[in-house]
Amino acid sequence: MFIEKDLVAASATPLVLGILAEGESYGYAIIKRVNELSQGRMQWTDGMLYPLLHRLERAGHVSATWCVADNGRRRKQYAITDAGREVLTERTAQWTVVADALQQVWQSTQLPPAATPGWSR
Amino acid sequence: MTLDAPLESRIAGWRSYIAGRRVISPSDIDEMEDHLREQISDLISVGLNADEAFLVAVGRMGGLDEISREFAQEHSDRLWKQLVLTGDTGGESGTSRRPGELAVVLACALGAGLAVRAGVEWLTESALVRNAALLVLPFLTLYFAWKRDMRPGRIAALALPFAAAAVVLNVFPFEPGGVTEIIAAIHTPVALWFAVGAAYVAGDWRSHRRRMDFVRFTGEWAVYLALLALGGGVLMGLTAGAFGALGIDLEPFFEQWIVPFAPAGAIVVAAWLVEAKQQVVENIAPVLTRVFTPITIVMLVALFVAVLASRSVVDVDRDLLILMDLILVLVLGLLLYSISARDPHAAPNVFDLLQVVLIAAALAVDLLMLTAMASRIAEFGFTANKVTALGLNLVLMVNLVWAARLGVSFLRGRAGFAAVERWQTRYLPVYCGWAVLAVVAIPPLFRFV
Repeated sequence: MFIEKDLVAASATPLVLGILAEGESYGYAIIKRVNELSQGRMQWTDGMLYPLLHRLERAGHVSATWCVADNGRRRKQYAITDAGREVLTERTAQWTVVADALQQVWQSTQLPPAATPGWSR
Repeated sequence: MTLDAPLESRIAGWRSYIAGRRVISPSDIDEMEDHLREQISDLISVGLNADEAFLVAVGRMGGLDEISREFAQEHSDRLWKQLVLTGDTGGESGTSRRPGELAVVLACALGAGLAVRAGVEWLTESALVRNAALLVLPFLTLYFAWKRDMRPGRIAALALPFAAAAVVLNVFPFEPGGVTEIIAAIHTPVALWFAVGAAYVAGDWRSHRRRMDFVRFTGEWAVYLALLALGGGVLMGLTAGAFGALGIDLEPFFEQWIVPFAPAGAIVVAAWLVEAKQQVVENIAPVLTRVFTPITIVMLVALFVAVLASRSVVDVDRDLLILMDLILVLVLGLLLYSISARDPHAAPNVFDLLQVVLIAAALAVDLLMLTAMASRIAEFGFTANKVTALGLNLVLMVNLVWAARLGVSFLRGRAGFAAVERWQTRYLPVYCGWAVLAVVAIPPLFRFV
């Protein structure tokens, strides 16, 4: 489904940090994980992930190392740092508040059912 | 997993396409290529054929424009870093680098510096001032001739204007320190700049598009030169201060080596910087014109009011005439620079209106000044200075009047922007002609005093 650009951008950082909190990973695997988590409903433009990862790296939220993958190619692995975990905790709290508020307002107003599935995982 | 040969070549093609964007570094491309390959093999494993898989994978990667914009935002420093990297990427349209470019640039800069240094050593001061352009600009021309890979016959033709200028400047019996000598010294670089232009456009000077490229280059070159001069000045001041504190006087060294070398080298290096990284300044050019156009309008309106309010008949001061010329040159520079930086397909906007206002204000001030001076000019007769100043005024005024007319019809939607652009590129030879006239005709007319 189509999700507004701003919403994708806002959720991208906590999502990537969250995936990296599960363990070290690399670009393509992160994209695959996003698809898995959203059951393919959240489509990212793959190329956009890399500038985001580099931004997180510069901010010190993730660290990156080049290593050699099974297929013999060079691969850049990303891991979350302690600072990144702190940011993730903070973001999680923020998103919980937002999601909570949205949930309540949707329960009190009668919305057509089609409007919510993006959130109802 | 290994992929088959046609697919490998398509990936290589994709890679070189991405490499054209200099904000995306080779290691970033490695990272993305790894991604692309995995995506392709996953798609193949679910049943797509190689071509389909490649297309889908590239599609998911997203539009190159968008991605490179994101990279540029995150890595804006790279735009500057690219300035000193040589021969790693290339392939961008029109700006492809030739191997060994840095060496050629440095050789040309060094040559220009040595020529000026030799001039300082062997020429009298007035001869040095007259010949300054002849000592530096041939090296810049040479750089472009090499860069554009011009044929030897054409390079020889480029030498003609320099040879002619050398003969004229040194055979004419100028009175040392006289007015006509200064006029010739000022106009020689302008005339010879068109020889540099001929090399810049690789001899294709009939093409209006190439002429516009050269206008753009000139503006950007001026910006780079100013930046280099600023940085160089600060550095020299600091060095002199630090050595002064140690009790070492650097002035003789500065006078002998830095003063001849630095400006000559900077002229060549600035040209190379424009060539090496066009996009950086392409972003600055529109900003500069947008900032300075409104400010200049305010300045002109204030000047107009001041002249009206003082109500005195202005003396025919040659300084005033020259000042008016400089104002017109500034206005024309703003106009040319913004025309060269503008997207020719965009519809007229507020800024185009501002530009017409700018021209109108400049013309109004100019006319007011000229009428105020008219009686005095007739009274005192003509000197070399006045003729030159008035002639230049005429040359600039004709251009601006017509530019204003075209600007108005563009604003009203009666003419395309191409007409505005074409008028300016068509007018360029007039400046060259006027500069040549000022060097060749005015000194003999006024007996070289």
